[in-house]
Amino acid sequence: MTLIGWAQIALVLAAIVAAAIPLARYIAAVAAGRVTFLAPLERAIYAAGGIDPARGMGWKAYTLAMLAANLAGFLVLYAILRLQGVLPFNPQGFDGVSPWLAFNTAISFVTNTNWQAYSGEATMSYLSQMAGLSVQNFLSAATGIALALALCRAFAAGGLKDLGNFWADFVRMALYLLLPLSVVVGLAFVAMGMPQTLAAYAEATTLEGATRTIPLGPAAFQIAIKHLGTNGGGFFGANSAHPFEGPSALAASLQIWSQQVIPFALALTFGRIVRDIRQGWALLAVMLVVVVAGTWIVYAAEAGGNPLHLAAGVDPAMGNMEGKEVRFGLALDALFVATTTGASCGAVNLMHDSLMPLGGLVPLFLIQLGEVLPGGVGSGLYGMIVFVLLAVFVAGLMVGRTPEYLGKKVQAREIKLAMLAVLVLPAAILGFTAVSVVLPVAMSSIQEKGPHGLTEMLYAYTSAAGNNGSAFGGLAADTPWMNTTLGIAMALGRFAYIVPMMAIAGSIAAKPKLAASTGTFPTHGPLFVGLLAGVILILGGLQFMPALALGPVAEHFVLAAGKTF
Amino acid sequence: MTTILRPAIGVVLLLTLFLGLAVPLAFTGIAGVVFPAQASGRLIERDGKVIGSALLGQNFTLDRYFHPRPSATTEADPDKAGSTRAAPYNAAASAASQLGPSSEALLDAVKDRVAAFGGGSVPADAATASGSGLDPHISPENAAGQVARVARARGLPAARVAALVTEHMQAREFGLLGEPRVNVLRLNLALDAIR
Repeated sequence: MTLIGWAQIALVLAAIVAAAIPLARYIAAVAAGRVTFLAPLERAIYAAGGIDPARGMGWKAYTLAMLAANLAGFLVLYAILRLQGVLPFNPQGFDGVSPWLAFNTAISFVTNTNWQAYSGEATMSYLSQMAGLSVQNFLSAATGIALALALCRAFAAGGLKDLGNFWADFVRMALYLLLPLSVVVGLAFVAMGMPQTLAAYAEATTLEGATRTIPLGPAAFQIAIKHLGTNGGGFFGANSAHPFEGPSALAASLQIWSQQVIPFALALTFGRIVRDIRQGWALLAVMLVVVVAGTWIVYAAEAGGNPLHLAAGVDPAMGNMEGKEVRFGLALDALFVATTTGASCGAVNLMHDSLMPLGGLVPLFLIQLGEVLPGGVGSGLYGMIVFVLLAVFVAGLMVGRTPEYLGKKVQAREIKLAMLAVLVLPAAILGFTAVSVVLPVAMSSIQEKGPHGLTEMLYAYTSAAGNNGSAFGGLAADTPWMNTTLGIAMALGRFAYIVPMMAIAGSIAAKPKLAASTGTFPTHGPLFVGLLAGVILILGGLQFMPALALGPVAEHFVLAAGKTF
Repeated sequence: MTTILRPAIGVVLLLTLFLGLAVPLAFTGIAGVVFPAQASGRLIERDGKVIGSALLGQNFTLDRYFHPRPSATTEADPDKAGSTRAAPYNAAASAASQLGPSSEALLDAVKDRVAAFGGGSVPADAATASGSGLDPHISPENAAGQVARVARARGLPAARVAALVTEHMQAREFGLLGEPRVNVLRLNLALDAIR
């Protein structure tokens, strides 16, 4: 680790927090319907759907509308992928995508996971990338923000009957937040060297006379929303490690900024909606502390290098470079690893499979904590608030008072629903991993022997259920078993979490809002920040410890003992 | 049921047309006008023929060229249907080794590369494959370690080649971000330009 490395990390994090403050205000204005620069288009969309955007929805109607929107998105994407061979914008003449892969990919992009069992430049037509995958990048992100807004509103006042209108939230977030940011960031990406063209792939003859195909495409715009929407699905197979998708350290920095700025801003938007900005800062503080801690562990693990390779004569100065690019440097690499998994993004600018054991443990663990640090756009905030309810419940148990949060009593019903939500992740991750490591059809997908092989399988279901999308890429994921079970894990991790969370929102909204008294436990100070971080690490992380001990921790010790597999 | 599905279908179809066709097509047009070179992949031509992209690495094996980092990309094997064979810097299929830190195959590959580099304390980027398989850069230490070989093969004074490397050294961006590095394709083009 170097001082200049830490300066890079500090600069990017400072730029994120500085931009999150005004952005939080803007998101609150969009959510309140005060931003209208595309009003004619917005009205046309409501008219096409027969929607009255001013009509409030209870939690069930809101959730049903969300599920319907996602079902429609799934069907449109599945159809485009299957039919791409006969549709336009296909200069390479790719065939339609196979049914297993189309099913997996459609679920993957609709749930904001963006797990990819394919390589973009060898599989997807330009139409599939633009009208299929890009659009779901927007819509899945808008879905997440809409749901988070509904939960925020539940705390804003007492005796609420509705949580807002899903369609209005969904359309406004796509048009007024995600679209303008994507255009600006996308143009910056083009300036930094990302292609944006409809021309066919170029043919080149190298200096030594070999013929090589250079893939191109309308990449920059999709890569912008890929990060801003914490989607993470790469235009090219190597994701942001590809020189066209991550051309420079500046581009990597802007990508980290893009994938963090909305989740951090949403924490502050929450503070604005509940009219107590300090509550937002408390959530942001927890997020920031864990991101920095995760970055530090990855940075230290990678900078130390691989002891086996050092013994074989490799110079220790550059650390572990397997699966990494020279231009980014280890500091931005480490920050990228921690933020992309803390934030449910899943874009990668290095290969997680080749991280040192403890460097690979961090992204695995950050996803398993539920991706609330800061989490995906929207999904991070609603996941965080579920943990907040558990934290005030734990605090209430300690002092023997009925817990309350922001003037709303937290009672048995909310805690049962919150536990239901947080149990989805361990059930899906550990359940599918346990079944897969005894099934030959699944075991044949594993590349590595020894503890690293277990980590590959564990990482796949963790990434899918956590809706992250990054991978230990050695795992052969494009098989019927993996495509299907990972698809189910993605859907469970998204929707089986959302339904109880929205039930909590409905239940909280209806409660009266109590005035704070001297007996109220303050939820904005350092004491609460510490309690919340503790609850996330223990309640969110404990059930994964045995699996982590058998995977990355075991590998760390056998590696130190000089053993290879 | 229609009361739930009709809004979904209307909204998703209109947003698909707008966000999936109208906006990206207009964006592509603007990008092509404002940043024509970048938008089309920064292709480099020599004598009227495309020889590569400034952003993508390409493979060099001759002694007279600087060598890039090891690459794990593959291509379809024409002799065996359904399997692949090694094809370093195949830009059509970016890929990494995906080998884990305790992998024996990785350790063996590293040992081979250390020996090929000439032993000693070998820069890590010369002993490991990149994430994309298309890394266009090598570290300054890696380049310095190759100067003697390139100079000998070209019959040039080593100082001349070393000066060319120094000239092509890229510092950290804005003096802060990333790492110092050398673009291998640009350096080799400059070597070829020496008469």
